Amino acid sequence: MGETPQRSADAGTGGTRVTHGHEWPAGASARVAEAPVSTRTPGGAGLGGGGALPTARRFGAERAFRGLTLAAGTFVLAVIAAIAIFLIAKAVPALRANTANFWTFEGWSPNDTEPKFGIGALAFGTVLSSALALLIAVPVALGIALYLSHYAPRRLGTGLGFLIDLLAAVPSVVFGLWGRDYFSGPVTDLSIWLNTYFGWIPLFGGNGPYGASILLGALVLAIMVLPIITSLSREVFLQTPTANQEAALALGATRWEMLRTAVLPYGRPGIIAAVMLGLGRALGETIALALTLGITFDISFNLIENGGNTIAANIANAFGEANETGRGALIASGLVLFAITLIVNITARAIIHRRREFTESAA
Amino acid sequence: MAKRIEAADVTAYYGGFKAIENINLTVEPKTVTALIGPSGCGKSTFLRSINRMHEVLPGARVEGSLTIDGQDIYDRDVDVTAVRRMIGMVFQRPNPFPTMSIFENVVAGLRLNGVRKKSILDEAAEKALRSANLWDEVKDRLGKPGAGLSGGQQQRLCIARTIAVEPQVVLMDEPCSALDPISTLAIEDLMFQLKDKFTIIIVTHNMQQAARVSDRTAFFSIEKTGDPGRLIEYDNTQKIFSNPSVKKTEDYITGRFG
Repeated sequence: MGETPQRSADAGTGGTRVTHGHEWPAGASARVAEAPVSTRTPGGAGLGGGGALPTARRFGAERAFRGLTLAAGTFVLAVIAAIAIFLIAKAVPALRANTANFWTFEGWSPNDTEPKFGIGALAFGTVLSSALALLIAVPVALGIALYLSHYAPRRLGTGLGFLIDLLAAVPSVVFGLWGRDYFSGPVTDLSIWLNTYFGWIPLFGGNGPYGASILLGALVLAIMVLPIITSLSREVFLQTPTANQEAALALGATRWEMLRTAVLPYGRPGIIAAVMLGLGRALGETIALALTLGITFDISFNLIENGGNTIAANIANAFGEANETGRGALIASGLVLFAITLIVNITARAIIHRRREFTESAA
Repeated sequence: MAKRIEAADVTAYYGGFKAIENINLTVEPKTVTALIGPSGCGKSTFLRSINRMHEVLPGARVEGSLTIDGQDIYDRDVDVTAVRRMIGMVFQRPNPFPTMSIFENVVAGLRLNGVRKKSILDEAAEKALRSANLWDEVKDRLGKPGAGLSGGQQQRLCIARTIAVEPQVVLMDEPCSALDPISTLAIEDLMFQLKDKFTIIIVTHNMQQAARVSDRTAFFSIEKTGDPGRLIEYDNTQKIFSNPSVKKTEDYITGRFG
């Protein structure tokens, strides 16, 4: 008992000496490690334990907690497996009944007596609208995040950050209604302008009508994913070690060069994660796109003409009137959406993993 | 390639707090000058005002005049990035850019100055790494992350990064305080070689180190916590450590306080 304070004093001096860079025998750290670790020893002989060693408890809180966490982990896996089995079981009969090619047919009439439906146009629309949304949202979001973390005065940065987070709390149906009833006006004007001056680019070609297009859907989506990407990347940027930022400045970097040398590379894995979360939301977004897109079933790169459709929007639009085969077909489309999301996530992981050597040593 | 630094009545603030007051000091080219003194006496603050890194902190500002070969570095028309390129800095903790390879770390400063040509970068990197006594240890793994090196190697990498842009002055803020004795020795040896080319100013808590490496020593101190730090004595290192003129200096170097 009397030994404990002496030991801690010993450890204290060892610590200070080491930080001063003096030599100190290796024994010091060993002695620190020897200090009693056990915190709860029954037997009344003091914490250090005066008597014989007690036996380890066989059923304690440790074991119970371990079991609990194991059960929780297993439960999640079981639920995922159950969902997967259910979806596949529902989808397979519909796919069997399909008289057209599921991958290439451009159309969706699974409720007919000769069901015909294809996923191609929907998957294409999903990927196109999400990619376009990210293309618009990511630069803006990173700009806002850098402004909030490194340019804005602290108080303004916090306030604006809060507002951006509020944007994330707006339900998607509100975005959808706003996009359809108000935002489609300006977008139609923009589309006509694009068509007039850039009509020679296939993306902006066509004869109209314009408005309820992939462009409108993607813009609304971009606004929806903006807050996620912004607030996550802002957090990442704020975590950049001051030492690295000062190192860049001391080399004669301007503020922007400092951001490029120290902050952006450091935040890269975080940015990728943020973009992937945004993409996840964009790919799965349902009601906002169901309200804003023109709902057609063809594969077209035209961004401004009425049209476009996505897997999730199609499920929302078609589920109400679907019969048994129709629901199976929609479930099959959901499985494809799941696969797309999975591929995207695996790709992102692979990108982060490829530079593991650098990102791990950063921690 | 080394310049004289003159400080006249330099006073530095953190917001409303006056950290150092009326520092007057001249640093000759191609010498090593050590700044010593108890914690909180403003040595680091003074060091950071020399390359205008002090003002990076919000609310921090410097008054008085600091000149490098007669040119005021706080002049309104002077580009702050040019000042920092001319006066390089090595920090207390090794801070290589974690996402960059050893090579990229060394040439980071050159890249910031728009050097793109691979042959120039290669040459500069080898030269800087050789000057920092690190070349032989890393020449076979220049593509590996800089953060994977040992602490002492990382600090030498940071020195290489600093001298790669060929500054006039190198400031070192306790460069060895996070290092083991052997790495410390390596860096002290390095300082001897570097003073042929650069003016070096080093902040250190280790008085033996100040006595070993420096030509001149400046002793800073404060009256009590909250007071600004002042320059108490500035003289040849030998004089400071054998026969200081101020009683307070003697008390400090003999370990009677601080």
